[in-house]
Amino acid sequence: MTASEKQVLDEGGIERALARIAHEILERNQGIAHLALIGIRARGDLLATRLQQKLFDIEKKEIPVGILDITLYRDDLSEVGPKPEIHETDISFHLKGKTVILVDDVLFTGRTIRAALDALIDFGRPKSIQLAVLVDRGHRELPIKADYVGKNVPTAVQESVIIRLKETDGKDEAVVSEGPKK
Amino acid sequence: MTQNGQNGKIKWTRKDLLGLRDLSAEEIELILDTAKSFSEVSQREVKKVPALRGKTVVNLFLEPSTRTRVSFELAEKRLSADTISMASAGSSMSKGESLWDTIANIEALKVDLIVMRHGSSGAPHRISTYTRCGLVNAGDGINEHPTQGLLDMFTLRELKGKIKGLKVVFVGDILHSRVARSNVWGLTKLGAEVVICGPKTLIPWGIEELGVKVVHDVKKAIDGADAVTLLRIQMERQNETLFPSIREYASTFGLKTELFKLAKPDAILMHPGPINRGVEIESALADSPQSYILKQVTNGIAVRMAVLYLLSGVIKNEK
Repeated sequence: MTASEKQVLDEGGIERALARIAHEILERNQGIAHLALIGIRARGDLLATRLQQKLFDIEKKEIPVGILDITLYRDDLSEVGPKPEIHETDISFHLKGKTVILVDDVLFTGRTIRAALDALIDFGRPKSIQLAVLVDRGHRELPIKADYVGKNVPTAVQESVIIRLKETDGKDEAVVSEGPKK
Repeated sequence: MTQNGQNGKIKWTRKDLLGLRDLSAEEIELILDTAKSFSEVSQREVKKVPALRGKTVVNLFLEPSTRTRVSFELAEKRLSADTISMASAGSSMSKGESLWDTIANIEALKVDLIVMRHGSSGAPHRISTYTRCGLVNAGDGINEHPTQGLLDMFTLRELKGKIKGLKVVFVGDILHSRVARSNVWGLTKLGAEVVICGPKTLIPWGIEELGVKVVHDVKKAIDGADAVTLLRIQMERQNETLFPSIREYASTFGLKTELFKLAKPDAILMHPGPINRGVEIESALADSPQSYILKQVTNGIAVRMAVLYLLSGVIKNEK
């Protein structure tokens, strides 16, 4: 955390938010039958794996986790150049009939989620898709709403929300930074 | 030509893919990495991504081709591009239109990318400076066939985990092979040991200067190889006799099961196709578990998707 950053979730905060989301998922879906988690790269995949562990701790059953890279479905792809790097998508189970919990770190404009929904449908027809995010920072540009939210964080448009996770950044925290993401 | 992007990886900045001769090792690796991500698309229920939606691609094949043309067409369709395929026979080129004018007309149709195969070496290089469209060389004369070279390298890397230090042997008609040339440029850049083998008359003079070893004894060439790529004798490009007969070529250089045993036990066999069973390759060997000829065909789609995706980010939109 630097001077221009303000912490909104610490390690314990992230831990408790994910634990609550896990319980909410179970309550709403009445158990884990036909559930699958799909995390959006990067960091949503890590959060999905953590949720899988939380759900396992409660239900003692493992539910499948997939990783989704939405780059090819971005609506601004024809405007950006050179082309962004694409990473592998890894969904090794069938989506047909599944209740998919889509997991992302920050919900902002909603465009990433729009792209992810399109991508998921190309893998098969899930029974339903629900959305879980660690931070909802507002400023939606599309009619999209999360089903499970770790924390609502009011922000200004020019601010950015950065999620750091142990697996990639060495520590767990969510911060609001004054400037745009570096 | 390149600039550094996030996390040290280079960004693609070329509008054309003319040959592997021009590319740096980093650029080749960027294409191979991108292709890895695209190979998953062809395994989905809906084998399509909207990455090139609204872009138009023209496949201009002025020399016969099935494999490459079909592979490019599928790659384009799986990227959601709009595509048209043209061959010289059905176009106005048979009425005397020059290549220059054909390209100018294609450009006037607001096309974004042109995939071109041409019988003359260097034709796409000339055209690329002249057109706004991105250009992919799908084979020019005996010069280069970059996407084939890339898919061979992709297949090698996928099966062996790396390219650096591998002994890769090419047997056959090297003189007329644009596939061999693209492979030589690419493989040497990525640090493979490349060995070329064939009758003296079918080895281009001075090819050692590109950093490859020339061995005329096929047994010595194959000894300890990690991969062997066989090349077809291109009768259509020969207007003089370069070796006594096909039968003699088959008995001296044709790869047979016994001969292939000299390579490493886990060596892989590749061929850019079309194969001539009983000439450069024994029929049983072509169907053996060590043969990855059809895997190459599958990989070709992912590699071509990666190339079209990267180029589409650089082409200039019309003013």
